[in-house]
Amino acid sequence: MKDLAKTLRVSKLLSNKKVLLVLGLAIAIIGIIVAVTDPVRFQILITSVSEGSFYALAALGIGLLFGVLRLINFAYGDWVMLAGYALILPSTAVTSTLIIGSFHPVLIVLIIIGFTVLLSVISEGTVFRPMRNTSPAIMMIASFALGYVLQNLTIMIYGGRPKSAGIFEELTQQVNLAEGVSVPLLKIITIGVTALLLLLLTLFLQRTKIGIQMRAAAEDFRMARMLGVRANFVIAMAFVISGFLASFVSLMYVTQIGILTFRMGTPIIVFAFIATVIGGMGSLVGSVVGGMVVGVSSVVLKNILPGEIRGFSDAFVFGLVIAILLARPQGLVPAKSARERV
Amino acid sequence: MSSTEQTADALEAREVTISFEGLTAVDSVNEKLQPGEILGLIGPNGAGKTTLVNALTGFQMPAAGEVRLGEKIVSGLTPHWFRRHGVARTFQAGRLFREMPVSENIEVAAVSLGLNRKKANAHAMELLEWLGLADRAKLPAGVLPYTDERRVGIGRALAMNPSFVLLDEPAAGMSDLECDEIMKIVSEIPSKFGCGVLLIEHNMRVIMGVCERIHVLDSGKTISRGTPQEVQNDPAVIKAYLGHG
Repeated sequence: MKDLAKTLRVSKLLSNKKVLLVLGLAIAIIGIIVAVTDPVRFQILITSVSEGSFYALAALGIGLLFGVLRLINFAYGDWVMLAGYALILPSTAVTSTLIIGSFHPVLIVLIIIGFTVLLSVISEGTVFRPMRNTSPAIMMIASFALGYVLQNLTIMIYGGRPKSAGIFEELTQQVNLAEGVSVPLLKIITIGVTALLLLLLTLFLQRTKIGIQMRAAAEDFRMARMLGVRANFVIAMAFVISGFLASFVSLMYVTQIGILTFRMGTPIIVFAFIATVIGGMGSLVGSVVGGMVVGVSSVVLKNILPGEIRGFSDAFVFGLVIAILLARPQGLVPAKSARERV
Repeated sequence: MSSTEQTADALEAREVTISFEGLTAVDSVNEKLQPGEILGLIGPNGAGKTTLVNALTGFQMPAAGEVRLGEKIVSGLTPHWFRRHGVARTFQAGRLFREMPVSENIEVAAVSLGLNRKKANAHAMELLEWLGLADRAKLPAGVLPYTDERRVGIGRALAMNPSFVLLDEPAAGMSDLECDEIMKIVSEIPSKFGCGVLLIEHNMRVIMGVCERIHVLDSGKTISRGTPQEVQNDPAVIKAYLGHG
């Protein structure tokens, strides 16, 4: 009985935003202090923050569409996957040939952004726009279907075998940050690019005409429309941004892995989706926080768990997810307007 | 009334009838809201006041009759269309964007109707100044008390100077002092914005204080129309309010 009261008190404490903020900061600071004293731990810190950034970015692309449209978009992972395949020659041959992937790096980035944005906008125009007045559940099922269509198209065009696609290989080189601390350059770039994109997205939402309308639409879509906000335009822009983010997720992932498979989007979407849920559906800050929690805990657990159970680190990550959701079902940084739209 | 006023665009209900599953909420109502006037819409609870306003702003398609804006028949068009064509409204529940600052609640309407952010912000600040809320511009709208929330709602409706604004019980639950403030605000709307006002309100002091004309509904039917004086002395109105003695 006493224990129950104690548990209740703890979970009540955790539902207070300020307490949570202090707790989060404390964990971050302790983490940094523990890390800087030891080169190996410092390496883990960089790697885990990088992984967190990656999932934060992926989660943002999902969180944004949920915010504006209440769309849970499972096809997002397949946009990431197709953006990867766009780098190579369309053929079912065993060996792959880089086409776009062999261009100048700037050109690669620009073309892949363009490709993914186009894919995202086409998905909205052909699938999600006609379904806009159905329920969120139906749109989610449609996104599953779209994902499978894209996967099977990929199999038809490229075959089902994994394909190699080495891009930006120089980024996988190790760089020395300090005595005994060396991490792949890509890890640092991932953190930098994510920070930059977050800054851009924040400026966009805060300062631009489209941004203010998008925030209003995310909070109360019908009211925004009544005030004159153009729904089609705002939603299309949300898809543009989501596709834009997906292109970076894809480029980072392919650079890291160097291999394309038609199922490669699935683990990304699963982790990113969990990140948006524990962060708080519909809250962009929540998406970032959730991405960090998932990414950091995943890397840290892979490194600190004893060898024999290390392979099951995902089980611990998901255990943590369940624990967070039990304490805060609404997510860590919930959107005040995440209620179902009427 | 001069002939120029007659031909200016008016928001008009012609024989508007609205029914919900057989229950007639509004029954063959005629009314013509002119730019620059303040028209009161009163009646006991359930008389169909909000339903009529819904029809006049695109929220409700009339089952019979039509809504006109000038010569154009506009019944059946969306609330979005109405707002973009100068017909704005407020809601009984404020329905502000609670996470956004007060000023941005008004800015978003101005921006979506064409202003850039800087001009929209200046416009919003002007409106807030007039509403006496300038010092609260940066607060999240969610923390405002109920009475301020209503005023922001009025400001949001008046963004970009609509031709008509329909206010749904702006003074409900307010103290006498707050009612005085609302009366001042409402009575300034026509001269300041060149805007026609339709005011739904239960508070008779507010209605009689600011309206030039009053339309009285009971059970969906028009029972009286006229000046405050005429309406107050109309036996049909007295009967509707005091019951069938």
